[in-house]
Amino acid sequence: METAVLNSTTVKKSNFKSEEYFINMGPQHPATHGVLRLLLTIDGEIIKKVEPDLGYIHRSIEKMSESNSYQQIVHLTDRLDYLSSHINNEAVCLCVENALELEVPERVKVIRTILGELTRIASHTLWWGVMGMDVGALTTYFYGFRDREMINDIFEETCGARLTMNYNIPGGLMQDIHPNFVKRVKEFIPHFRSKLPEYDRLLTGNIIFQKRTKGVGVLSREDAINFGASGPVARASGYSCDVRKYHPYSALDKVNFTEALDTAGDSFARYKVRIAEMWESLNIIEQLIDNIPEGDFKVATNAVIKLPKGDFYQKVETARGEFGVYIISTGNKNPYRVKFRSPGLSNLSLLNHIAVGGKIGDLVATMATIDIVVPDIDR
Amino acid sequence: MGYFSNIYHGIRTLLTGMRVTGKYFLNARKGAITQQYPDNRDTLKMFERFRGEVVMPHDENNEHSCTGCQKCELACPNGSIEIIWDRVIDPETGKKKKAIDQHIYHFGMCTQCGLCVDACPSDAIKWAQNFENSVYDRTQLTRILNKPGSKVRAGVEE
Repeated sequence: METAVLNSTTVKKSNFKSEEYFINMGPQHPATHGVLRLLLTIDGEIIKKVEPDLGYIHRSIEKMSESNSYQQIVHLTDRLDYLSSHINNEAVCLCVENALELEVPERVKVIRTILGELTRIASHTLWWGVMGMDVGALTTYFYGFRDREMINDIFEETCGARLTMNYNIPGGLMQDIHPNFVKRVKEFIPHFRSKLPEYDRLLTGNIIFQKRTKGVGVLSREDAINFGASGPVARASGYSCDVRKYHPYSALDKVNFTEALDTAGDSFARYKVRIAEMWESLNIIEQLIDNIPEGDFKVATNAVIKLPKGDFYQKVETARGEFGVYIISTGNKNPYRVKFRSPGLSNLSLLNHIAVGGKIGDLVATMATIDIVVPDIDR
Repeated sequence: MGYFSNIYHGIRTLLTGMRVTGKYFLNARKGAITQQYPDNRDTLKMFERFRGEVVMPHDENNEHSCTGCQKCELACPNGSIEIIWDRVIDPETGKKKKAIDQHIYHFGMCTQCGLCVDACPSDAIKWAQNFENSVYDRTQLTRILNKPGSKVRAGVEE
């Protein structure tokens, strides 16, 4: 009787060693930042294997794009990496503009760059708050959101929305910037300059935080390249890959900034790179905010945009890494195929590589520094 | 580092962080960004560009400026706008002219992307700033934007 019950259980015992067991992390786990399910094989507290299971928030945005016009695709990219929605919008618009060989006014380029860098700061402040929360420091969450609120107000006043802006259109911007825009950004820069050292005092120097992140989740430069990592994750491993530096778009070729790099490759290095990026973004905005050229905020395009036959690619640097838009056109008003290269998927793929051998608590810290946004991964 | 210097260093970093939070603890009201939302309803003013919901402004004669060109319907990515129109005889010229019967707005499907307002050639629809959109039944989210008995303002052409 006893043996019959054991044999009827469906667990494949042969796959596991006697002391290893399997647990689900997610899909409704607060530390996975969305509906990401991780299948963990653990031995006590030590992680033996991490398998991400995707598909919980798949909305088939690439397929939907095939039945939408080029103006309509833009608003779908808000819903990929929602924390850098403005930069995603910009990528689609640049791709369409390149295909049409349309030259947008200088004013548009400068405004797009300023808004893009503000988006990066907003994303990184949110990440900083959540990062602290993931390792047990709830205070950072409120401090990060306090500063992000100022940027959200700037967005709301100029773009009309706080998160899914949809301010870019192929050919320029939907409206001109609000008269208060320059004033508000100028208020924000010194405010945030005074708050960033506070971030360091509060969290960076904290001994508990350092013990949790230093030497945890180490990623070597070779692995960063092999896994296709990009953004702060790759740059923390010493792999210089900033799209803004190597393939400047919009007004980024006119500004001076240094690419934030680190060589340690651990969670703490990724943290430091993001903090350094916030400083650099402030520098970029400061160089541009006083010299927004006069001019039109858009160039007229046809009501129905038809791209020439061919395939077009444009990549930009979002807050998480390299975001690419690949459009194949057959000359119709709808694209034949759209592919989004999202930074989140490549960055997630290396999670198994760097988390194995660590503790479960370290996995949370590692995931926080990879900065996962699940809708970006699942699309 | 020795055992005691480790302890000293650890406590010092914790106190550095405590100093930041302590400063804000003592000046709690200064620079607070928290809005006391349900209490400040009377004074709360949204930004003029804030995209709440699409509305069709009518003037005092119950006239709007929608010609029924359907550009908003075409621009909408998810079919939130549906226009039922017919041709009516213009009393002045005697010619048949397109006029809307119902401008139906499915607010439940709307993503507030703003493409319809951007596409409208006669500024017939615009964004309203209200954001309290909870209803008990989703059928209440389907709205007919033109008021009953309204007609297009004279002089507004496609």
